[in-house]
Amino acid sequence: MDELKPDQVDPSEDSSRPREPMVVIEGVNKHFGDLHVLRDINLTVGKGEVVVILGPSGSGKSTLCRAINRLETVESGTIAVDGNPLPEEGKPLAQLRADVGMVFQSFNLFAHKTIRDNVTLGPIKVRKKSKDEANALADRLLERVGVAEQAEKFPAQLSGGQQQRVAIARSLAMGPKVMLFDEPTSALDPEMVNEVLDVMVGLAKEGMTMIVVTHEMGFARKAADRVVFMADGQVVEVATPDEFFTNPRSDRAKDFLGKILTH
Amino acid sequence: MLDIIEKYPILGAFGMTIYLTFFSAIGALVIGTILAVMRVSPVGVLRRLGSFYVNTVRNTPLTLILVLCSLGLLYILEINLADPKSPTSIVDNNIRWAIVGLAVYHAAFVCEALRSGVNTVPTGQAEAARSIGLTFGQSLREVILPQAFRGAIAPLGSVLIALTKNTTVASIIGVSEASGLMKEIIENETGGLPVFFVFALGFVILTLPVGVFFTSLSRRLAVKR
Repeated sequence: MDELKPDQVDPSEDSSRPREPMVVIEGVNKHFGDLHVLRDINLTVGKGEVVVILGPSGSGKSTLCRAINRLETVESGTIAVDGNPLPEEGKPLAQLRADVGMVFQSFNLFAHKTIRDNVTLGPIKVRKKSKDEANALADRLLERVGVAEQAEKFPAQLSGGQQQRVAIARSLAMGPKVMLFDEPTSALDPEMVNEVLDVMVGLAKEGMTMIVVTHEMGFARKAADRVVFMADGQVVEVATPDEFFTNPRSDRAKDFLGKILTH
Repeated sequence: MLDIIEKYPILGAFGMTIYLTFFSAIGALVIGTILAVMRVSPVGVLRRLGSFYVNTVRNTPLTLILVLCSLGLLYILEINLADPKSPTSIVDNNIRWAIVGLAVYHAAFVCEALRSGVNTVPTGQAEAARSIGLTFGQSLREVILPQAFRGAIAPLGSVLIALTKNTTVASIIGVSEASGLMKEIIENETGGLPVFFVFALGFVILTLPVGVFFTSLSRRLAVKR
Protein backbone atom coordinates (compact mmCIF):
# COMPACT_ATOMS: atom_id res chain seq x y z
CA MET A 1 0.00 0.00 0.00
CA ASP A 2 1.17 3.52 -0.73
CA GLU A 3 2.48 5.88 1.85
CA LEU A 4 0.17 8.75 2.51
CA LYS A 5 0.91 11.58 0.15
CA PRO A 6 1.42 15.01 1.72
CA ASP A 7 -1.47 16.52 -0.18
CA GLN A 8 -3.79 13.95 1.34
CA VAL A 9 -2.90 14.95 4.85
CA ASP A 10 -4.40 18.38 4.42
CA PRO A 11 -8.11 17.85 4.50
CA SER A 12 -8.97 21.53 4.22
CA GLU A 13 -9.30 21.13 0.47
CA ASP A 14 -11.99 18.60 1.09
CA SER A 15 -14.81 20.86 0.03
CA SER A 16 -13.43 20.74 -3.49
CA ARG A 17 -13.37 16.96 -3.10
CA PRO A 18 -10.30 16.03 -5.09
CA ARG A 19 -10.64 12.31 -4.42
CA GLU A 20 -12.54 9.76 -6.43
CA PRO A 21 -15.61 8.70 -4.45
CA MET A 22 -15.47 5.27 -2.78
CA VAL A 23 -18.69 5.24 -0.77
CA VAL A 24 -21.62 7.38 -1.88
CA ILE A 25 -24.67 7.62 0.37
CA GLU A 26 -27.62 9.51 -1.06
CA GLY A 27 -30.95 10.32 0.54
CA VAL A 28 -30.92 7.35 2.91
CA ASN A 29 -33.82 6.89 5.32
CA LYS A 30 -34.57 4.20 7.86
CA HIS A 31 -37.01 3.66 10.70
CA PHE A 32 -36.91 1.30 13.66
CA GLY A 33 -40.62 1.20 14.36
CA ASP A 34 -41.58 4.79 15.11
CA LEU A 35 -38.00 5.90 15.51
CA HIS A 36 -36.58 7.64 12.46
CA VAL A 37 -32.96 6.49 12.88
CA LEU A 38 -31.59 7.74 9.58
CA ARG A 39 -33.03 10.96 8.19
CA ASP A 40 -32.13 11.73 4.63
CA ILE A 41 -28.42 11.00 4.98
CA ASN A 42 -26.06 12.23 2.26
CA LEU A 43 -22.38 11.49 2.56
CA THR A 44 -19.55 10.83 0.15
CA VAL A 45 -16.34 9.20 1.28
CA GLY A 46 -13.40 9.48 -1.10
CA LYS A 47 -10.78 6.85 -1.89
CA GLY A 48 -8.16 6.76 0.83
CA GLU A 49 -10.16 9.05 3.05
CA VAL A 50 -10.61 8.44 6.77
CA VAL A 51 -13.99 9.60 8.01
CA VAL A 52 -14.82 9.47 11.69
CA ILE A 53 -18.48 9.51 12.64
CA LEU A 54 -19.16 11.03 16.04
CA GLY A 55 -22.35 11.63 17.90
CA PRO A 56 -24.33 10.87 21.03
CA SER A 57 -25.65 7.32 21.43
CA GLY A 58 -28.86 6.73 19.53
CA SER A 59 -27.85 9.21 16.86
CA GLY A 60 -27.86 6.51 14.16
CA LYS A 61 -24.13 6.40 13.53
CA SER A 62 -23.80 2.63 14.05
CA THR A 63 -26.87 2.01 11.91
CA LEU A 64 -25.36 4.10 9.12
CA CYS A 65 -22.09 2.20 9.37
CA ARG A 66 -23.90 -1.16 9.23
CA ALA A 67 -26.05 -0.01 6.32
CA ILE A 68 -22.95 0.43 4.18
CA ASN A 69 -22.54 -3.34 3.86
CA ARG A 70 -26.25 -3.94 4.22
CA LEU A 71 -26.24 -5.56 7.63
CA GLU A 72 -29.04 -3.03 8.02
CA THR A 73 -31.39 -2.49 5.11
CA VAL A 74 -32.51 1.02 4.27
CA GLU A 75 -35.99 2.12 3.25
CA SER A 76 -35.14 4.74 0.70
CA GLY A 77 -32.10 6.28 -0.90
CA THR A 78 -29.05 4.60 -2.37
CA ILE A 79 -25.68 3.48 -1.12
CA ALA A 80 -22.95 2.75 -3.63
CA VAL A 81 -19.51 1.30 -2.98
CA ASP A 82 -16.85 1.99 -5.60
CA GLY A 83 -19.54 2.90 -8.11
CA ASN A 84 -21.71 -0.18 -7.52
CA PRO A 85 -25.06 0.25 -5.79
CA LEU A 86 -25.61 -2.28 -2.99
CA PRO A 87 -27.29 -5.43 -4.37
CA GLU A 88 -30.46 -6.62 -2.68
CA GLU A 89 -29.52 -10.14 -1.63
CA GLY A 90 -27.71 -13.29 -2.64
CA LYS A 91 -24.37 -13.78 -4.34
CA PRO A 92 -23.84 -10.21 -5.63
CA LEU A 93 -24.34 -8.87 -2.11
CA ALA A 94 -21.89 -11.45 -0.71
CA GLN A 95 -19.33 -10.39 -3.34
CA LEU A 96 -19.74 -6.75 -2.42
CA ARG A 97 -19.40 -7.51 1.27
CA ALA A 98 -16.14 -9.30 0.55
CA ASP A 99 -14.77 -5.94 -0.62
CA VAL A 100 -16.01 -4.08 2.44
CA GLY A 101 -14.21 -4.93 5.66
CA MET A 102 -16.17 -4.70 8.88
CA VAL A 103 -14.88 -4.57 12.43
CA PHE A 104 -17.48 -4.93 15.18
CA GLN A 105 -17.69 -3.62 18.69
CA SER A 106 -17.91 -7.19 20.05
CA PHE A 107 -15.13 -8.56 17.76
CA ASN A 108 -17.30 -11.48 16.57
CA LEU A 109 -14.40 -13.80 15.90
CA PHE A 110 -15.62 -17.26 14.91
CA ALA A 111 -15.61 -18.89 18.32
CA HIS A 112 -15.08 -22.46 17.12
CA LYS A 113 -12.10 -21.70 14.89
CA THR A 114 -8.48 -20.98 15.72
CA ILE A 115 -7.12 -17.48 15.20
CA ARG A 116 -5.42 -18.50 11.97
CA ASP A 117 -8.55 -20.23 10.67
CA ASN A 118 -10.56 -17.12 11.47
CA VAL A 119 -8.32 -15.17 9.10
CA THR A 120 -8.10 -17.82 6.37
CA LEU A 121 -11.81 -18.67 6.13
CA GLY A 122 -12.71 -15.76 3.85
CA PRO A 123 -9.65 -16.00 1.58
CA ILE A 124 -10.24 -19.76 1.11
CA LYS A 125 -14.03 -19.79 0.73
CA VAL A 126 -14.62 -16.45 -0.96
CA ARG A 127 -11.34 -15.55 -2.69
CA LYS A 128 -10.70 -19.23 -3.58
CA LYS A 129 -7.10 -19.08 -2.42
CA SER A 130 -5.25 -22.32 -1.69
CA LYS A 131 -4.80 -23.29 1.94
CA ASP A 132 -1.07 -22.59 1.81
CA GLU A 133 -1.54 -19.17 0.25
CA ALA A 134 -4.20 -18.29 2.79
CA ASN A 135 -2.06 -19.48 5.70
CA ALA A 136 0.88 -17.42 4.49
CA LEU A 137 -1.36 -14.38 4.14
CA ALA A 138 -2.83 -14.96 7.59
CA ASP A 139 0.57 -15.29 9.22
CA ARG A 140 1.72 -12.08 7.54
CA LEU A 141 -1.35 -10.16 8.70
CA LEU A 142 -1.27 -11.60 12.23
CA GLU A 143 2.38 -10.59 12.42
CA ARG A 144 1.43 -7.12 11.31
CA VAL A 145 -1.23 -6.66 13.99
CA GLY A 146 1.10 -8.21 16.54
CA VAL A 147 -0.65 -11.46 17.45
CA ALA A 148 1.37 -13.95 15.41
CA GLU A 149 2.21 -16.07 18.48
CA GLN A 150 -1.50 -16.63 19.13
CA ALA A 151 -2.30 -18.19 15.74
CA GLU A 152 -3.10 -21.65 17.12
CA LYS A 153 -5.30 -20.42 19.97
CA PHE A 154 -9.04 -19.95 20.08
CA PRO A 155 -10.63 -16.50 20.36
CA ALA A 156 -11.79 -17.01 23.97
CA GLN A 157 -8.15 -17.48 25.01
CA LEU A 158 -7.17 -13.99 23.81
CA SER A 159 -7.64 -10.61 25.46
CA GLY A 160 -10.18 -8.21 24.00
CA GLY A 161 -7.51 -6.06 22.41
CA GLN A 162 -5.88 -9.08 20.80
CA GLN A 163 -9.25 -10.33 19.55
CA GLN A 164 -10.04 -7.00 17.99
CA ARG A 165 -6.67 -6.90 16.24
CA VAL A 166 -7.36 -10.39 14.88
CA ALA A 167 -10.74 -9.11 13.67
CA ILE A 168 -8.93 -6.34 11.80
CA ALA A 169 -6.54 -8.90 10.29
CA ARG A 170 -9.52 -11.03 9.26
CA SER A 171 -11.01 -8.08 7.40
CA LEU A 172 -7.70 -7.12 5.81
CA ALA A 173 -7.24 -10.67 4.53
CA MET A 174 -10.06 -10.03 2.07
CA GLY A 175 -8.15 -7.10 0.54
CA PRO A 176 -11.04 -4.70 1.19
CA LYS A 177 -11.58 -1.46 -0.72
CA VAL A 178 -13.00 0.18 2.37
CA MET A 179 -13.05 -0.72 6.05
CA LEU A 180 -15.93 -0.03 8.40
CA PHE A 181 -15.29 0.19 12.13
CA ASP A 182 -18.36 0.06 14.36
CA GLU A 183 -17.18 1.32 17.76
CA PRO A 184 -14.13 -0.94 17.66
CA THR A 185 -12.80 0.05 21.07
CA SER A 186 -16.02 0.51 23.04
CA ALA A 187 -16.00 -3.04 24.46
CA LEU A 188 -12.32 -2.95 25.42
CA ASP A 189 -10.66 -2.46 28.78
CA PRO A 190 -9.04 0.99 28.77
CA GLU A 191 -5.48 -0.34 28.70
CA MET A 192 -6.22 -2.21 25.48
CA VAL A 193 -7.74 0.65 23.54
CA ASN A 194 -4.44 2.00 22.30
CA GLU A 195 -3.10 -1.23 20.85
CA VAL A 196 -6.17 -1.36 18.60
CA LEU A 197 -6.08 2.34 17.75
CA ASP A 198 -2.39 2.03 16.82
CA VAL A 199 -3.24 -0.60 14.23
CA MET A 200 -6.02 1.64 12.89
CA VAL A 201 -3.77 4.68 12.68
CA GLY A 202 -1.27 2.54 10.79
CA LEU A 203 -3.96 1.54 8.33
CA ALA A 204 -5.04 5.14 7.87
CA LYS A 205 -1.47 6.19 7.13
CA GLU A 206 -1.22 3.52 4.48
CA GLY A 207 -4.11 5.04 2.62
CA MET A 208 -6.94 2.65 3.52
CA THR A 209 -10.40 4.12 3.04
CA MET A 210 -11.95 4.01 6.49
CA ILE A 211 -15.28 4.86 8.05
CA VAL A 212 -14.97 4.78 11.80
CA VAL A 213 -17.74 5.11 14.34
CA THR A 214 -16.03 5.81 17.62
CA HIS A 215 -15.94 7.78 20.84
CA GLU A 216 -12.16 8.08 20.70
CA MET A 217 -11.64 11.78 20.10
CA GLY A 218 -7.88 11.28 20.10
CA PHE A 219 -8.16 8.96 17.11
CA ALA A 220 -10.41 11.44 15.33
CA ARG A 221 -7.86 14.21 15.81
CA LYS A 222 -4.90 12.08 14.85
CA ALA A 223 -6.14 10.08 11.90
CA ALA A 224 -9.34 11.55 10.49
CA ASP A 225 -9.54 13.55 7.30
CA ARG A 226 -13.08 14.55 8.12
CA VAL A 227 -15.36 14.33 11.10
CA VAL A 228 -19.05 13.69 10.55
CA PHE A 229 -21.19 14.68 13.51
CA MET A 230 -24.57 12.96 13.74
CA ALA A 231 -27.47 13.62 16.08
CA ASP A 232 -31.05 12.32 16.01
CA GLY A 233 -30.46 10.43 12.78
CA GLN A 234 -29.16 13.42 10.88
CA VAL A 235 -25.76 14.52 9.70
CA VAL A 236 -25.48 17.79 11.59
CA GLU A 237 -21.98 18.83 10.74
CA VAL A 238 -19.12 17.76 8.51
CA ALA A 239 -15.75 19.34 9.15
CA THR A 240 -12.05 18.71 9.46
CA PRO A 241 -11.08 17.47 12.93
CA ASP A 242 -9.35 20.76 13.65
CA GLU A 243 -12.38 22.83 12.77
CA PHE A 244 -14.76 20.50 14.52
CA PHE A 245 -12.94 20.32 17.84
CA THR A 246 -11.86 23.94 18.05
CA ASN A 247 -14.77 25.68 16.42
CA PRO A 248 -17.91 23.57 16.10
CA ARG A 249 -20.65 25.40 14.19
CA SER A 250 -23.83 23.68 15.38
CA ASP A 251 -25.29 23.93 18.87
CA ARG A 252 -25.70 20.15 19.02
CA ALA A 253 -21.99 19.66 18.36
CA LYS A 254 -21.04 22.34 20.91
CA ASP A 255 -23.27 20.66 23.45
CA PHE A 256 -21.80 17.22 22.67
CA LEU A 257 -18.21 18.39 22.84
CA GLY A 258 -18.94 20.32 26.00
CA LYS A 259 -20.10 17.13 27.64
CA ILE A 260 -17.19 14.95 26.64
CA LEU A 261 -14.26 17.32 26.64
CA THR A 262 -14.76 18.88 30.06
CA HIS A 263 -13.17 15.96 31.91
CA MET B 1 -35.61 -67.71 35.45
CA LEU B 2 -32.27 -68.34 33.79
CA ASP B 3 -33.63 -71.20 31.74
CA ILE B 4 -36.35 -68.92 30.40
CA ILE B 5 -33.79 -66.35 29.39
CA GLU B 6 -31.67 -68.95 27.72
CA LYS B 7 -34.64 -70.24 25.75
CA TYR B 8 -35.29 -66.95 23.98
CA PRO B 9 -32.99 -64.83 21.81
CA ILE B 10 -32.95 -61.86 24.18
CA LEU B 11 -29.60 -60.55 23.01
CA GLY B 12 -30.75 -60.83 19.42
CA ALA B 13 -33.88 -58.84 20.25
CA PHE B 14 -31.83 -56.08 21.83
CA GLY B 15 -29.58 -56.30 18.81
CA MET B 16 -32.62 -55.43 16.70
CA THR B 17 -33.37 -52.53 19.06
CA ILE B 18 -29.84 -51.23 18.52
CA TYR B 19 -30.12 -51.81 14.76
CA LEU B 20 -33.37 -49.82 14.58
CA THR B 21 -31.94 -47.08 16.79
CA PHE B 22 -28.73 -46.77 14.80
CA PHE B 23 -30.27 -46.43 11.36
CA SER B 24 -33.24 -44.31 12.36
CA ALA B 25 -30.90 -42.02 14.31
CA ILE B 26 -28.84 -41.43 11.18
CA GLY B 27 -31.99 -40.83 9.14
CA ALA B 28 -33.43 -38.50 11.77
CA LEU B 29 -30.18 -36.53 11.95
CA VAL B 30 -30.08 -36.03 8.19
CA ILE B 31 -33.77 -35.11 7.81
CA GLY B 32 -33.70 -33.02 11.00
CA THR B 33 -30.67 -31.03 9.82
CA ILE B 34 -32.36 -30.29 6.51
CA LEU B 35 -35.51 -29.21 8.38
CA ALA B 36 -33.50 -26.99 10.72
CA VAL B 37 -31.78 -25.31 7.77
CA MET B 38 -35.20 -24.76 6.19
CA ARG B 39 -36.55 -23.26 9.40
CA VAL B 40 -33.73 -20.70 9.69
CA SER B 41 -33.47 -19.95 5.96
CA PRO B 42 -34.35 -16.52 4.60
CA VAL B 43 -36.84 -18.09 2.17
CA GLY B 44 -40.37 -17.83 3.55
CA VAL B 45 -41.75 -20.86 1.72
CA LEU B 46 -39.02 -23.13 3.10
CA ARG B 47 -39.52 -21.74 6.60
CA ARG B 48 -43.25 -22.44 6.46
CA LEU B 49 -42.74 -25.92 5.01
CA GLY B 50 -40.29 -26.68 7.81
CA SER B 51 -42.63 -25.51 10.54
CA PHE B 52 -45.53 -27.38 8.92
CA TYR B 53 -43.52 -30.61 8.97
CA VAL B 54 -42.40 -30.17 12.56
CA ASN B 55 -45.83 -29.21 13.85
CA THR B 56 -47.57 -32.04 12.02
CA VAL B 57 -45.14 -34.84 12.75
CA ARG B 58 -44.32 -33.83 16.30
CA ASN B 59 -47.99 -33.77 17.22
CA THR B 60 -48.84 -37.15 15.66
CA PRO B 61 -48.45 -40.25 17.83
CA LEU B 62 -45.55 -42.44 16.74
CA THR B 63 -47.88 -45.45 16.72
CA LEU B 64 -49.98 -43.75 14.07
CA ILE B 65 -46.97 -42.97 11.93
CA LEU B 66 -45.70 -46.55 12.07
CA VAL B 67 -49.14 -47.98 11.32
CA LEU B 68 -49.38 -45.59 8.38
CA CYS B 69 -46.00 -46.80 7.14
CA SER B 70 -46.96 -50.45 7.49
CA LEU B 71 -50.65 -50.57 6.56
CA GLY B 72 -50.87 -47.47 4.42
CA LEU B 73 -47.64 -47.34 2.51
CA LEU B 74 -46.54 -50.97 2.50
CA TYR B 75 -49.80 -52.92 2.25
CA ILE B 76 -52.23 -50.52 0.59
CA LEU B 77 -49.91 -48.52 -1.67
CA GLU B 78 -47.58 -51.52 -1.95
CA ILE B 79 -44.40 -49.49 -1.71
CA ASN B 80 -41.81 -52.18 -1.09
CA LEU B 81 -38.50 -51.35 0.52
CA ALA B 82 -37.30 -54.94 0.11
CA ASP B 83 -37.31 -57.33 -2.82
CA PRO B 84 -40.85 -58.81 -2.69
CA LYS B 85 -39.59 -62.12 -4.09
CA SER B 86 -37.03 -62.69 -1.38
CA PRO B 87 -38.08 -65.16 1.34
CA THR B 88 -37.48 -62.56 4.09
CA SER B 89 -39.35 -59.80 2.28
CA ILE B 90 -42.05 -59.36 4.95
CA VAL B 91 -39.57 -59.09 7.80
CA ASP B 92 -37.24 -56.82 5.81
CA ASN B 93 -40.07 -54.56 4.73
CA ASN B 94 -41.30 -54.22 8.29
CA ILE B 95 -37.85 -53.38 9.62
CA ARG B 96 -37.12 -50.86 6.88
CA TRP B 97 -40.47 -49.17 7.16
CA ALA B 98 -40.02 -49.03 10.93
CA ILE B 99 -36.70 -47.26 10.38
CA VAL B 100 -38.32 -44.81 7.97
CA GLY B 101 -41.17 -44.10 10.38
CA LEU B 102 -38.86 -43.66 13.35
CA ALA B 103 -36.53 -41.40 11.37
CA VAL B 104 -39.32 -39.24 10.02
CA TYR B 105 -40.86 -38.88 13.48
CA HIS B 106 -37.66 -38.08 15.37
CA ALA B 107 -36.44 -35.72 12.65
CA ALA B 108 -38.94 -33.20 13.99
CA PHE B 109 -37.31 -33.38 17.42
CA VAL B 110 -33.80 -33.26 15.97
CA CYS B 111 -34.83 -30.14 14.07
CA GLU B 112 -36.04 -28.44 17.23
CA ALA B 113 -32.93 -29.49 19.16
CA LEU B 114 -30.75 -28.04 16.40
CA ARG B 115 -32.79 -24.88 16.30
CA SER B 116 -32.22 -24.43 20.01
CA GLY B 117 -28.54 -24.92 19.18
CA VAL B 118 -28.72 -22.22 16.51
CA ASN B 119 -30.15 -19.91 19.15
CA THR B 120 -27.01 -20.39 21.26
CA VAL B 121 -24.96 -18.83 18.43
CA PRO B 122 -24.80 -15.04 18.87
CA THR B 123 -26.10 -13.02 15.89
CA GLY B 124 -22.69 -11.36 15.66
CA GLN B 125 -21.25 -14.64 14.38
CA ALA B 126 -23.63 -14.63 11.42
CA GLU B 127 -22.98 -10.93 10.79
CA ALA B 128 -19.23 -11.47 10.81
CA ALA B 129 -19.63 -14.42 8.44
CA ARG B 130 -21.73 -12.37 6.05
CA SER B 131 -19.45 -9.38 6.26
CA ILE B 132 -16.44 -11.34 4.99
CA GLY B 133 -18.52 -12.25 1.95
CA LEU B 134 -19.72 -15.75 2.78
CA THR B 135 -23.03 -16.64 1.15
CA PHE B 136 -25.95 -17.80 3.29
CA GLY B 137 -25.10 -21.46 2.67
CA GLN B 138 -21.42 -20.93 3.44
CA SER B 139 -22.20 -19.04 6.65
CA LEU B 140 -24.42 -21.93 7.75
CA ARG B 141 -21.89 -24.61 6.90
CA GLU B 142 -18.76 -22.90 8.14
CA VAL B 143 -19.91 -20.80 11.06
CA ILE B 144 -23.47 -21.34 12.30
CA LEU B 145 -24.10 -25.10 12.10
CA PRO B 146 -20.76 -26.23 13.57
CA GLN B 147 -21.47 -24.06 16.61
CA ALA B 148 -25.17 -24.97 16.64
CA PHE B 149 -24.39 -28.72 16.72
CA ARG B 150 -22.10 -28.20 19.67
CA GLY B 151 -24.76 -26.21 21.46
CA ALA B 152 -27.34 -28.88 20.63
CA ILE B 153 -25.41 -31.97 21.78
CA ALA B 154 -27.22 -32.33 25.10
CA PRO B 155 -30.75 -32.02 23.63
CA LEU B 156 -29.70 -34.29 20.74
CA GLY B 157 -28.69 -36.87 23.36
CA SER B 158 -32.17 -36.66 24.86
CA VAL B 159 -33.67 -37.25 21.42
CA LEU B 160 -31.43 -40.29 20.94
CA ILE B 161 -32.50 -41.74 24.30
CA ALA B 162 -36.15 -41.18 23.44
CA LEU B 163 -35.56 -42.76 20.04
CA THR B 164 -33.96 -45.84 21.62
CA LYS B 165 -37.01 -46.38 23.81
CA ASN B 166 -39.46 -45.49 21.05
CA THR B 167 -38.15 -48.34 18.89
CA THR B 168 -40.41 -50.51 21.09
CA VAL B 169 -43.36 -49.14 19.12
CA ALA B 170 -42.01 -50.98 16.06
CA SER B 171 -43.24 -54.23 17.63
CA ILE B 172 -46.79 -53.25 16.64
CA ILE B 173 -45.87 -53.55 12.97
CA GLY B 174 -44.23 -56.91 13.56
CA VAL B 175 -40.59 -56.05 14.11
CA SER B 176 -39.19 -58.45 16.67
CA GLU B 177 -37.24 -56.08 18.86
CA ALA B 178 -36.81 -56.28 22.61
CA SER B 179 -40.27 -55.28 23.83
CA GLY B 180 -41.95 -57.58 21.33
CA LEU B 181 -39.95 -60.49 22.65
CA MET B 182 -40.77 -59.48 26.21
CA LYS B 183 -44.48 -59.64 25.49
CA GLU B 184 -43.99 -63.04 23.90
CA ILE B 185 -42.07 -64.40 26.90
CA ILE B 186 -44.58 -63.05 29.39
CA GLU B 187 -47.42 -64.64 27.46
CA ASN B 188 -45.68 -68.02 27.12
CA GLU B 189 -43.98 -68.36 30.48
CA THR B 190 -44.64 -67.88 34.14
CA GLY B 191 -42.94 -65.18 36.17
CA GLY B 192 -43.90 -62.02 34.33
CA LEU B 193 -42.37 -59.51 36.70
CA PRO B 194 -38.75 -60.72 36.65
CA VAL B 195 -38.90 -60.90 32.87
CA PHE B 196 -40.11 -57.34 32.79
CA PHE B 197 -37.24 -56.23 35.01
CA VAL B 198 -34.69 -58.00 32.82
CA PHE B 199 -35.90 -56.05 29.81
CA ALA B 200 -36.16 -52.79 31.71
CA LEU B 201 -32.57 -53.30 32.82
CA GLY B 202 -31.60 -53.94 29.22
CA PHE B 203 -32.94 -50.56 28.16
CA VAL B 204 -31.26 -48.81 31.08
CA ILE B 205 -27.96 -50.41 30.06
CA LEU B 206 -28.50 -49.13 26.53
CA THR B 207 -29.54 -45.58 27.33
CA LEU B 208 -27.66 -44.67 30.51
CA PRO B 209 -24.23 -44.62 28.81
CA VAL B 210 -25.72 -42.60 25.96
CA GLY B 211 -26.81 -39.92 28.42
CA VAL B 212 -23.44 -39.90 30.21
CA PHE B 213 -21.55 -39.83 26.91
CA PHE B 214 -23.56 -36.95 25.47
CA THR B 215 -23.30 -34.91 28.64
CA SER B 216 -19.52 -35.22 28.70
CA LEU B 217 -19.36 -34.60 24.96
CA SER B 218 -21.37 -31.43 25.24
CA ARG B 219 -19.08 -30.24 28.00
CA ARG B 220 -15.95 -31.07 26.04
CA LEU B 221 -17.08 -29.58 22.73
CA ALA B 222 -18.81 -26.53 24.18
CA VAL B 223 -17.81 -23.40 22.29
CA LYS B 224 -16.00 -21.07 24.68
CA ARG B 225 -17.09 -17.48 24.30
